[in-house]
Amino acid sequence: MSTAVFKHRADQQAEDNGHTKNYLNAGFSAKSWLLTVDHKRIAILYLISITTMFLLGGIFALVIRLELLTPAGDMLQSETYNKMFTMHGVVMVFFFLIPATPAVFGNFLLPLMIGAKDLAFPRLNLLSWYVFTFGALLGVTAIVFGGVDTGWTFYTPYSSTYANSNVILAALGAFFAGFASILTGLNFIVTIHKMRAPGLTWFRMPLFVWAHYATSIIQVLGTPVVAITIILVALERLFKIGIFDPALGGDPILFQHLFWFYSHPAVYIMILPAMGVISEVICCFARKKIFGYNFIAFSSLAIAMFGFLVWGHHMYTSGQSVYASLVFSVLTFLVAIPSAIKTFNWTATLYKGSISYDAPMIYAIGFLGLFTIGGLTGVFLATLAVDVHVHDTYFVVAHFHYIMVGGAIMGYMAAMHFWWPKITGRLYPEGWARFSALVIFIGFNLTFFPQFIVGYLGMPRRYHAYPEEFQIWNVLSTAGATILGVGYAIPVVYFIWSLRYGAKASANPWKAKGLEWEKADSPPIAHNFEETPVVTEEAYAYEPKRG
Amino acid sequence: MSAKNAALQHHFEDLGQQYESSQLGMWAFLVQEILFFGGLFLGYLVYRSSYPEAFKIGSSLLDVKLGGINTAVLIASSLTMALAVYWAQKGDKKKIILFLTLTLILGSTFLGIKVVEYSHKWHHGLVPGEMFAYSGPLADQVRIFYSFYFAMTGMHALHMIIGAGLIVWLMVKAARGRFTAEYSTPVEMFGLYWHFVDIVWIYLFPLLYLIGRS
Ligand code: HEM
Ligand SMILES: [Cu+2]
Repeated sequence: MSTAVFKHRADQQAEDNGHTKNYLNAGFSAKSWLLTVDHKRIAILYLISITTMFLLGGIFALVIRLELLTPAGDMLQSETYNKMFTMHGVVMVFFFLIPATPAVFGNFLLPLMIGAKDLAFPRLNLLSWYVFTFGALLGVTAIVFGGVDTGWTFYTPYSSTYANSNVILAALGAFFAGFASILTGLNFIVTIHKMRAPGLTWFRMPLFVWAHYATSIIQVLGTPVVAITIILVALERLFKIGIFDPALGGDPILFQHLFWFYSHPAVYIMILPAMGVISEVICCFARKKIFGYNFIAFSSLAIAMFGFLVWGHHMYTSGQSVYASLVFSVLTFLVAIPSAIKTFNWTATLYKGSISYDAPMIYAIGFLGLFTIGGLTGVFLATLAVDVHVHDTYFVVAHFHYIMVGGAIMGYMAAMHFWWPKITGRLYPEGWARFSALVIFIGFNLTFFPQFIVGYLGMPRRYHAYPEEFQIWNVLSTAGATILGVGYAIPVVYFIWSLRYGAKASANPWKAKGLEWEKADSPPIAHNFEETPVVTEEAYAYEPKRG
Repeated sequence: MSAKNAALQHHFEDLGQQYESSQLGMWAFLVQEILFFGGLFLGYLVYRSSYPEAFKIGSSLLDVKLGGINTAVLIASSLTMALAVYWAQKGDKKKIILFLTLTLILGSTFLGIKVVEYSHKWHHGLVPGEMFAYSGPLADQVRIFYSFYFAMTGMHALHMIIGAGLIVWLMVKAARGRFTAEYSTPVEMFGLYWHFVDIVWIYLFPLLYLIGRS
């Protein structure tokens, strides 16, 4: 007997209200949002939280770039500057980028893509949002009461013994955000294992789902380690337990090991979901089946596994044993391979495709180029001798911004545009979207490419003043950041505008493949599908080009 | 189609799928817990290999008798918990409540003994921080031993306290007749958690109390 006979309470309510029912009009009260267990609504709650945090982190970035416009440290005192880059990093990494794609798009799309009514544990999902928001509020409290100045990496013994800022509050904020991230990952793993629709075998799953599966594994295995590390730092500050304090026989380097054991894999928490987005978008806008499905799926898992074995590449200059550094260097070279496999496969998918350049695709193509630059410079950094030269310079800053902003955020923006019609039932203005995608691309490169150069020339990171000869590159970078800021502001405006004035979206405006497009409305009904869908074909069964 | 069981949540097809999901979720959660405690165990190993002598001294100042009693208490509580799960699967409300109560009593006994131990350490000035008063040989390193002692047993005790809270919650549910032969998932899943917390102690006890004794 079909499950459709049991009407979801929320859908019934929407019908009674005389609307075409969907998850958005299933209830309008604050309670219907704040106590919802619908994965789609929770995704929207997350979207609001992390967008707020993104704006906050952006303000700090702006202040940093303004200070660096001139060589003299004239706008901020060095202590204040330390706080600015710390709060920028903490907010962007822990409160924006780590949750961004999984908690918003993973949450919204996983059940839809695998033909389920919800995630396996809907209440846990809601709990994760509350835990995250609580963590974010702790972070904001730390900022309001004077900020933190340890760098986003919270290195000991500075963070544990010497810093006079709100380290505990900020670190606990990261702790709770991490807890939320574990809950999300756990939910995804179980959902992917147990909730797939009939016919949806593992190798028919969209690669977006594979990417989130790999991400979830990292979240569940890595995050608890940084959680306990944060607790130890807090205990060290509160009770002088000595574990990280060299004066008492403790070892501050142990902190770096524990921190990077999580935080290197965490960089893959940021990039893997974006890679999943890129696979979906590229196939749709090249109208082709993905090239090398299995390779892309397994390379996600390979990244999740190998990612745990390379943390030492952040510590070449820390005094760790040279032999350890050698091994970490080789392993780091190896971890670049799965990323390269993906990039080659995406490029091969484009080959002879019928490509259209809608905004999601512009972002996806931007991702390909920028991620490649970021990844290759990562291989430079993995090379021991090179890294000793450029470690803690702007070269490293440029490397990870190419991946985190040029890669992860480009992927996030691609997802934003691609699934916006599905999420809201409205189309965004395509012209503006393409325009702002180009603005972002230009602004991004102008901001960060000069940082490669100035870093290579020897400008260290995390100082508010620098020698005169570096000024030209910093002026370029600040100019780029301004353009980038405008580029991000435009979508905020047109997305909000489109909620009211955008044209109504059909169920499948892109003529895309996938259950979320082919079997669900835009926006979907509260329990996603009228009837449990049955899957009979592989992912990305786009019609091959004629002729 | 069989009548829908009241325990079946709307997004699952049947109780079997729901049960398997809970089970996988719980195991994934326990893996996460292993890594969480793993950070502490790793730190312990690093410092124990750096300061073996100080760790022996620190360990010799612990009360093996209380630690041993606590180990027995916890193992007994694992037994009563297993019996609670057994009766939950049979749907016997009275027995579930009986064995959950026993588990709760044993768990509280453990925590009570822990409080006694902690207060002894406090009086002997072995709590790291301003009050640390041990001045024998290798004082700084002994302090690190005690940092691990309190961090590890404290984190373990925190898990016990959360567990005790969950037992009360399960007892309320059991009293309302929520557990039947078809549906006893929460009791079973909590059983896994409780056994896990026990196992952590099984490792903590020798690592903290028994090193360097002959
Ligand atoms: C293609 C594979 C990659 C390689 C080979 C690589 C290599 C490296 C190396 C060796 C460093 C250390 C540089 C130093 O501190 O001296 C580094 C730093 C960093 N990388 Fe990567 N990376 C890769 C991918 C990524 C990805 C995917 C992300 C993020 C999404 C990322 C984010 C970072 C961050 C945040 C840092 C610096 C952290 C800090 O010190 O503040 N990397 N990378
Ligand atoms: Cu790394």
